[in-house]
Amino acid sequence: MKHLSVQHLLGIKYLNLRDIDLLFETANHFKEVINRPIKKVPSLRDITIANLFFENSTRTKLSFELAEKRLSADVINFSASQSSVKKGETLIDTVNNILSMKVDIVVMRHPNVGAGVFLSKHIDAKIINAGDGAHEHPTQALLDSYSIKENLGSVKGKKVVIVGDILHSRVALSNIYALQLQGAKVMVCGPTTLIPKHIASLGVLVETNLKKALQWCDVANVLRVQHERMDINYFPSIREYTQLFGINRELLDSLGKEIVIMHPGPINRGVEITSDVADSKQSIILNQVENGVAIRMAVIYLLAQQIKPN
Amino acid sequence: MPSKQRLDSNMAQKTLLNSKDIHIILHRLACQLLENHIDFTNTVLVGLQPRGTFLANRIAKILNEEYNIKNLHLGQLDITFFRDDFRRRTAPLEANSTNLNFTIEDKKVVLIDDVLFSGRSIRSALTAIQSFGRPDSIELLVLIDRRFSRHLPIQPNYKGRQVDVINSEKVKVIWKENDKKDAVYIINNN
Repeated sequence: MKHLSVQHLLGIKYLNLRDIDLLFETANHFKEVINRPIKKVPSLRDITIANLFFENSTRTKLSFELAEKRLSADVINFSASQSSVKKGETLIDTVNNILSMKVDIVVMRHPNVGAGVFLSKHIDAKIINAGDGAHEHPTQALLDSYSIKENLGSVKGKKVVIVGDILHSRVALSNIYALQLQGAKVMVCGPTTLIPKHIASLGVLVETNLKKALQWCDVANVLRVQHERMDINYFPSIREYTQLFGINRELLDSLGKEIVIMHPGPINRGVEITSDVADSKQSIILNQVENGVAIRMAVIYLLAQQIKPN
Repeated sequence: MPSKQRLDSNMAQKTLLNSKDIHIILHRLACQLLENHIDFTNTVLVGLQPRGTFLANRIAKILNEEYNIKNLHLGQLDITFFRDDFRRRTAPLEANSTNLNFTIEDKKVVLIDDVLFSGRSIRSALTAIQSFGRPDSIELLVLIDRRFSRHLPIQPNYKGRQVDVINSEKVKVIWKENDKKDAVYIINNN
């Protein structure tokens, strides 16, 4: 029987390897679907999905919305900046109001860690975490692993370095869980101030020399510096950050091997990565975006499968 | 609750078609297709996943090897995401791959499946095939047509054998590619 072992997608932490295999297998089918002349299947025509974004998002929101529409679900969108949240409404009240409109699945991004877990305990709908604070961003990690598998044949045994602002990144934590579950070796690389103190306890290697990290790895997943989450200065200047942790062509050419470059976006061109690298053949950044829709279709489809018809 | 073994021993199995019968029927079906489609330049054969693909491959092989039809367009269509029983079954639906490496725009499409029962799979296939363009026409070829079991107004254009079986009986088609021999059984579950 092919079921997910979980009732919600709250984080990679709650998944097992069979869940990931099932998600990838299902995403393969959806990737074929989204390359058809008519890129739509009717599976979810009686399902309603609410996208609740309590924090800004462009590509994740678009990607989820497209995935939902490709599955024929009805979609409602909500963003906190234009809502009653600003008027003092609690999260549960906001969501219950939305659920009264007969919503089956909630896709939520929230600035607070654990918002998805909290919600899943209080309301009767499937919850998909689209990012909770600096905690987890499970669909991003799934699409990253899926893209690595697509490019290199497997994730097992591969060496992946996550470069940049690890401290403020939900992508990093979800990626660490997902990659380790699939048997990859993971290293984090960045300024000491942007690497969480006890991250080595997760079983990841820590490196502060970018060149050494790149020489070690098969894949470099480059993260953006999240200025909006920084209340103090973690490094002297952007110029210095770029000199020490920016990936450029010269550096890649000096490695003597070709590594795969990934970036979850949005890219700050010229800061963590130069344009010629981001747009090069080694970069699979745009594949990640395409795979994001297929992976999110798989997540939604497999969770929707568990909903009993009325 | 009887054990699985017990259930199996209670199941009566009757052979409806043996290898020789199937051999003759497949040749007849291939000839009927030839009559209508002549050189197949504007025709595509589409086997429905999972079990219709064996039949489609066989028919294509006969047309190719015995009637010299070259460049035959043969594809596989998976209808999982178009089914009308999503969330309404106890067992989850499992998808198979779709391979249609040609356009079906303005083509004569022949959908091929092993058993026509309720007609719901074919209804799903009719919707699914539209995702690949607007065909000139769609026909249906089946090996076994279970009469009197239809839930929808769908009938085959080409059929191997028509059978009248009661709803508790199951028609099972096996192919030598998978099960070492070709045969069609009627299995009584009672």
